[in-house]
Amino acid sequence: MGTPDAAVVAEGVHKRFGATTALAGLDLTVPAGTVYGLLGPNGAGKSTAVRVFATLTRPDEGRAVVAGHDVVREADAVRRRIGLAGQHAAVDEDLTGRENLRIFGRLFHLGGPRARRRADELLERFGLADAGDRLVRTYSGGMRRRLDLLSSLLVSPAVLFLDEPTTGLDPRSRNEIWDAVRDLVADGTTVLLTTQYLDEADQLAQHIAVIDTGRVIATGSPDRLKARIGGRIDVVLADGADLGEAARVLSAIAAEGTRPDADPERRLVSVPVGADSVTLPDVVRRLDQEGVPAVDVGLRRPTLDEVFLTLTGRPAEPADPPGTATPALAGEVSR
Amino acid sequence: MSTPAPAPLPVLRAGLADGLTVAGRNLLKLRHQPGQIVATFAFPLVSVVLFGYVFGSAIPIPGGGNYREYLMPGLFVMGTVFGLVGSLTVIAKDNGLGVMDRFRSMPMARSAVPFGQTASDLVVAAGSLAVMAGCGLLFGWRAHHGVGATLGAFGLLLLLQYAVSWVGVFLGSLVRNEETAARIAPLVMPVTMISNVFVPTEGMPTVLRVIADWNPVSAAAVACRELFGNPGLPTGDLAWPIEHPVLATVGWSALLLVIFVPLAVRRFRTAGL
Ligand SMILES: Nc1ncnc2c1ncn2[C@@H]1O[C@H](COP(=O)(O)OP(=O)(O)OP(=O)(O)O)[C@@H](O)[C@H]1O
Ligand SMILES: [Mg+2]
Repeated sequence: MGTPDAAVVAEGVHKRFGATTALAGLDLTVPAGTVYGLLGPNGAGKSTAVRVFATLTRPDEGRAVVAGHDVVREADAVRRRIGLAGQHAAVDEDLTGRENLRIFGRLFHLGGPRARRRADELLERFGLADAGDRLVRTYSGGMRRRLDLLSSLLVSPAVLFLDEPTTGLDPRSRNEIWDAVRDLVADGTTVLLTTQYLDEADQLAQHIAVIDTGRVIATGSPDRLKARIGGRIDVVLADGADLGEAARVLSAIAAEGTRPDADPERRLVSVPVGADSVTLPDVVRRLDQEGVPAVDVGLRRPTLDEVFLTLTGRPAEPADPPGTATPALAGEVSR
Repeated sequence: MSTPAPAPLPVLRAGLADGLTVAGRNLLKLRHQPGQIVATFAFPLVSVVLFGYVFGSAIPIPGGGNYREYLMPGLFVMGTVFGLVGSLTVIAKDNGLGVMDRFRSMPMARSAVPFGQTASDLVVAAGSLAVMAGCGLLFGWRAHHGVGATLGAFGLLLLLQYAVSWVGVFLGSLVRNEETAARIAPLVMPVTMISNVFVPTEGMPTVLRVIADWNPVSAAAVACRELFGNPGLPTGDLAWPIEHPVLATVGWSALLLVIFVPLAVRRFRTAGL
């Protein structure tokens, strides 16, 4: 298939569950040796895409090639080259952590002694050595998550799929997992991860695909995506009475189809601007000319949340009740 | 740190090794659940006391004889059939926790799961039969026809158990989690009750009697009574399975295996696709 150094290629992948269309023509190319982030709201089809790539679900239409092998016709070859940590920790509650890893190791055909050694090694490295001999039933959610991730690392996979790997983890565990992902990539593994945390994609991924309703709606590096929707200019006025006037002045530089937002409380006018379309001195000059004194003028690059919001028309965390779009989450966007 | 994937094993060897690993895993799990083991041991004890002494006092056996001697073979069969619940629950739990998904994303033989599960079920069943037989001996049950016939009876029970455990594995692969499994498990009860396990079928209404006579549980119970030399063998105009109980039990088991082994194996190959 076309690109030899692509770890994952999807072409027009469709998947329906009854009346629900989970994937509606997904196209994706994941370059080998990178971390690729799959972003999308709940129900976008992220997990379904991962399940197709991990040979758990067969696409209705289209094809997917993982590590050079077709996920349908050469499923076994794919399985030998991938690791999967699904959205929910898939470990056995009635066994200890160590036993879980040993058994999975045997099922990867490492052989008894090697499976044993590998289990010990991984537990040690991920801070689970002490808990290793306790039943998983007694583990915290974060510990289960980590054990689940370890199970997918028993055999160094060519491609590792992580479906929301750090959901529900504390910042320290999250950092550990991020470090592990970086180490793996340094060792040559390609990582495809889905996430709801935009900072996670920002931190880890070289490439991002935003998916919505089963289709890719944007791709690029985090920086490119941010540049694509431009930034915001925030002006804090000396006098709240100038708000209307400032908004009028700034609407001249607003990105197409947008208007400045005024926040009387903070005496702030904020306006979305096109990528590289305005410079700060330019803004200051315009305000001066109209006699609107400003105490602070700043150009803000968009957060990935804003990228997400712009592209999908929905906030990044739809787990919140609808209608309470959270300014806190969207960084410092003023409403 | 890097652990390269081992070269693929020959299919048959891989399948066998994986099956053993899965079976070993199930037995290991049991070791961590002493409660489950206690329950396995308590079941025969409770049933013998409950059915043997409480009901037994009021149930006459055709041709006379000790009710507990009549009951024991029936309880053996009942314990065997209840094994279905165990397989069902384990598989359903793996499904619910996503362990099954992990198995299916790995380069293991997919049929290793049902084969491994039924193999470990067989080991557990043999253990619980031994305990149950011990309880029976304690309460006055005896095998009267020598070692050969006795071993034959236990062999027959294990065969039926193996067949039934495939049914459990298949049903388990259809349900999504442990809760659903727990809800359908009590349905096994009537299957064992509408039979001659507790009472002779002679007195039942015709419809029920026909069902009971053709219930594999009845054939197996009669077969055991015959082989152990226990009382209460039916006489007169008999349904075919009751007249040829050993053959009928083997036949029923074979039929269940022929139907459910392919169904279960196929289900594990293709589930979720
Ligand atoms: N087995 C299934 N049966 C029926 N519908 C399904 C199944 N799996 C997924 N779906 C549906 O397909 C759509 C995509 O689901 P998917 O789990 O891929 O979303 P997601 O992007 O992973 O969402 P989340 O962020 O909540 O994990 C949803 O509408 C979901 O209800
Ligand atoms: Mg998901």
